[in-house]
Amino acid sequence: MIISRRGILGGVAALGALAMPGLVRAQAAAAHVVVVGGGFGGATAARYLRRLNPGMRITLIEPTQRFATCPFSNLYLGGLREWDSITHGYDDLRAAGVEVIHDLAQDIDGAARRVVLAGGDVLDYDRLVLSPGIDFRWNAIEGYDEAAAELVPHAWRAGPQTQLLKSQLEAMEDGGLFVMSITDGAFRCPPGPYERASMVAHYLTTHKPKSKILLLDSKENFSKQALFQQGWAALYGNMIEWISLADDGQVVAIDAANRTAETNFGTTHRADVLNVVPPQKAGWIAERAGVTDATGWVPVRGGSFESEQVPHIHVVGDATIAAPMPKSGFCANAQAKVAAAAISAELAGRDTPPASFANTCYSLVGVDWGISVAGVYRAEDDSIVEVEGAGGVSPIDANAAFRKAEAAYGAGWYAAISADIWGRG
Amino acid sequence: MSVRQLNLMVLPMMLTATLASAAAADERAAAQVLAGPCAGCHGPDGHSPGAIPSIAGLPEAELLARMTGFRDGTADATVMTRLMKGYDEAQIATLAHWFAEVGQ
Ligand SMILES: Cc1cc2nc3c(=O)[nH]c(=O)nc-3n(C[C@H](O)[C@H](O)[C@H](O)COP(=O)(O)OP(=O)(O)OC[C@H]3O[C@@H](n4cnc5c(N)ncnc54)[C@H](O)[C@@H]3O)c2cc1C
Ligand code: HEC
Repeated sequence: MIISRRGILGGVAALGALAMPGLVRAQAAAAHVVVVGGGFGGATAARYLRRLNPGMRITLIEPTQRFATCPFSNLYLGGLREWDSITHGYDDLRAAGVEVIHDLAQDIDGAARRVVLAGGDVLDYDRLVLSPGIDFRWNAIEGYDEAAAELVPHAWRAGPQTQLLKSQLEAMEDGGLFVMSITDGAFRCPPGPYERASMVAHYLTTHKPKSKILLLDSKENFSKQALFQQGWAALYGNMIEWISLADDGQVVAIDAANRTAETNFGTTHRADVLNVVPPQKAGWIAERAGVTDATGWVPVRGGSFESEQVPHIHVVGDATIAAPMPKSGFCANAQAKVAAAAISAELAGRDTPPASFANTCYSLVGVDWGISVAGVYRAEDDSIVEVEGAGGVSPIDANAAFRKAEAAYGAGWYAAISADIWGRG
Repeated sequence: MSVRQLNLMVLPMMLTATLASAAAADERAAAQVLAGPCAGCHGPDGHSPGAIPSIAGLPEAELLARMTGFRDGTADATVMTRLMKGYDEAQIATLAHWFAEVGQ
């Protein structure tokens, strides 16, 4: 007979619970879990904690009344989606019994287990979930700071930035040049810049066909590259030009007033619309909580997404170091469910269930042209591993019907994950 | 039978029952985690609001057959063939059971 470590520990935990079953259950029910951030990771964590623990007090802190999703914001830029269709409110989470506070978490004291809100409220927690998304490394590209972003948008957090970029595209003359500077390293949504280029190309082909798109990349290759380039050639001819790192694609300085981008080898590109996807790090509140390391991101235990540095804090989503999982909304949602299950089990005195994750990033290349990349992941001890032989990208030789089906399934994904997170909100 | 004797009989029974229900709770939690990412595409508990098929409440045997077909490459699909290669037979059985029950 094989007795697993889990089995023995499970027995011991169960015996512990048996000694004081009422007490453990009362602890779980009386616990207060605070969630900071009402985006893909945070709103998922709140909803799944509520489902798993009907009596528990769960408080979600999110400054915005309606959350605008980065996913499908490129379709909005392309003219394929209305703004309202990519925003979600919190009424459905409230109806489910989550206390939603529209405020900003200003400080976190991990030792006292306390969150201080900008409005002055102080919340004590038994467990904290952080899903603050990303912040930008201002001035990592010379001249690109918060003020510059008001002239030259990043649109890498959806909201007014996305609407600014859209209005600039609409104001551009036919024959204009759209330039995008793309970061290397760890960043939100690896295929995102190339889907954006596709959707801008769709918009320009429809409305301003003499225009051009120049992609200045700090990388040698990119996500789903062969699939994107195949689609671009088929749908947009040579409207999109991609310049790799080796071909002097790396932008080192931005002059926002003149809309110019200067590269590493000293070439200056003047744009009619300039879009910068800048270097990134974890949302600043993670640093306040003491959970970030020297990389600016958050190391976590893969089995539970608990911080490696501060107990009782779980961090999910883009802020974490979760490679080989990419920084995607799909992953944030999957990680939040694992964290919610781990927290629930721990508060009830049970074993942490074995973690299991998946990811799929759909990208829309054209109206009826969708592509995807998928992966399946598990936790081994506390590191995350990709299941070998699973996942991968859409076949390069797929026919038009396959691409069309993936475009439709991409929209299906957006509807499904939105319902899973914000409900009808 | 004295109260003490009764206790001696009932306590081990309670212990066994609690251990069994603890094991069942662990199994349930594990199945729920395994099924977590499916909702990202198939909707909450497999109830799809969009273009991807709903899987909630389908007959267990049908779910098992569909998923096994995806994994073995005998069924045509856009993405399920890639995803199902990440699940072994036992996991697929757990998922089939989960989605058959959850929709009812
Ligand atoms: C153009 C683009 C396209 C994308 N397309 C896709 C796609 O098709 N599929 C996909 O899976 N992913 C996509 N992504 C990636 C996806 O947007 C992110 O991975 C996802 O949003 C990460 O979730 P998160 O919870 O970590 O952060 P977010 O969803 O950004 O949520 C963070 C939340 O925290 C809040 N917050 C921050 N600080 C505080 C504080 N101090 N107090 C209170 N609240 C705070 C913010 O207001 C925000 O609401 C795309 C990204 C971009 C930029
Ligand atoms: C990336 C989105 C995505 C994810 C994640 C996903 N599915 Fe699917 N699923 C689909 C699509 C799309 C189809 C239709 C077949 C195809 O083209 O792949 C499908 C079909 C199915 C079917 C067949 C339904 C029918 O009526 O024929 C089953 C069963 C199924 N999926 C189960 C699962 C399970 C279980 C999981 C979680 C382990 C899962 N799926 C995760 C997208 C997804």
